[in-house]
Amino acid sequence: MSNTKFSKEHEWITLDGEVGTIGITKHATEMLGDIVFAELPEKGSNVEKDGTAGVVESTKAASDVYTPVSGEVVEINQSIVDDPSKINADPEGGAWFFKLKLKDKSELDTLMNKEEYDKFAKETSA
Amino acid sequence: MNIKKTALYELHKKHNAKFVEFAGYSMPIQYSEGIVKEHNITRNKSGIFDVSHMGQLFIKYSNDITDKLQEILPTDLKNLKINQSKYSFLMKENGGIYDDLIITRMKDQYMIILNAACKQNDLQIIKNTLDDQNLDMNNNLSLVAIQGPESKTILENVVSNVSKLKFMNGENFTFKNNEIYITRSGYTGEDGFEISLPNKVAISFVEELISKGSTLIGLGARDTLRLEAGLCLYGHDINENTSPVEANLKWAISKNRINDNFIGSHQIKKQIEEGVSKLRVGIKPETRVIARESTKIFDEKDNEIGKVTSGTFGPSVNASIAMGYISNSHSKKDTKVYLEVRGKKVPANVCDLPFYKKSYVKGEANV
Repeated sequence: MSNTKFSKEHEWITLDGEVGTIGITKHATEMLGDIVFAELPEKGSNVEKDGTAGVVESTKAASDVYTPVSGEVVEINQSIVDDPSKINADPEGGAWFFKLKLKDKSELDTLMNKEEYDKFAKETSA
Repeated sequence: MNIKKTALYELHKKHNAKFVEFAGYSMPIQYSEGIVKEHNITRNKSGIFDVSHMGQLFIKYSNDITDKLQEILPTDLKNLKINQSKYSFLMKENGGIYDDLIITRMKDQYMIILNAACKQNDLQIIKNTLDDQNLDMNNNLSLVAIQGPESKTILENVVSNVSKLKFMNGENFTFKNNEIYITRSGYTGEDGFEISLPNKVAISFVEELISKGSTLIGLGARDTLRLEAGLCLYGHDINENTSPVEANLKWAISKNRINDNFIGSHQIKKQIEEGVSKLRVGIKPETRVIARESTKIFDEKDNEIGKVTSGTFGPSVNASIAMGYISNSHSKKDTKVYLEVRGKKVPANVCDLPFYKKSYVKGEANV
């Protein structure tokens, strides 16, 4: 996942051409516990960097999902809405949340790489 | 404040518990399996719960004490048989609930199990009526629950003859030459037992249960299990502003005591005769959206008609579930209501409790 970037809100984004695939990190799922509900942005809607773009809930609590970059939602992963346990099982693979057509690729520069994120996650959860 | 630990704390740690502070105690919210798996283990096999933070109050038995206890509890204690348990309440004059409890008539004493967060206040209330010297809040005892369909067989392997106990009945048993007291009861909607035993043998007792096939379960799954079973959590579903009648717990008021005097009796009688304006009901959202505590409930004309007091996702019913208080006019089963979650109105339906009901093959334990 060398072209994958990470946000401080524990989202990941992988860029393929103009389109970024976004999900939440394994570390985030471990903090949340068993996820039992997921809500995604509407296809065709525009989301702003660091704005709310969904919700996940564990049996314990609800957490907002933020988008690490701005853009138009071009695809959503309905399978995680139908079976949210997939998010715990494969958070950085098949259980992606939504795909965005990026508005401004330079926003990616504000995000962390894998090594930086791992360090950040370790420090903030200690 | 000093956070208290139960006698099982080190065992929880050994089993990789995640701890939370609950009522001044450091308690396991979950172990490495996680809440959903722990929930399913309890429903399908057997789970062990450390509930030692709860108060175990012992009151010397006499006819005079029974009379005095009847002044503060709405339960018919005079007809309570030795080793029989009843669900009851400590109430305010206005019918509000100070605590819900289980009282058991043992041979020479009453045992009352109290909620951890309420137990000190409960003791003060009881002291207003009963002599101090008759009361013993025993801190040398642990309380362990074992719940789920395989629990009977597992516990029988550790303590012979427990399976003869009937639901809401108890008896003295021994474990490693220590006297222990076991009741057939619980808080999960499953068949199960609660064991009161000395702190010094608590770890070895639980380790034996684990070796026979049971699993430690945290407070997280305890909450999803009890909510599926439609059981109230004090401080959420019942409190000082809700009466047993409003909470739909009228069944716990002994019928032959409705005309008696006990704290709150005037209000209870009035509410039973005249009805109440709000009622605790089950609520099932039509989607997977979770309606948590304090979620507002609206009718079809957008009038606010109540609030959710507990809500979660029920793993065994595979649906979002909630309970709350709703105006009596909307409390009928299948009434369409709307829950306001994150600014959106989620359609839901009033439903019967419990959400989850066990269908027993053998009719021996009527849970």
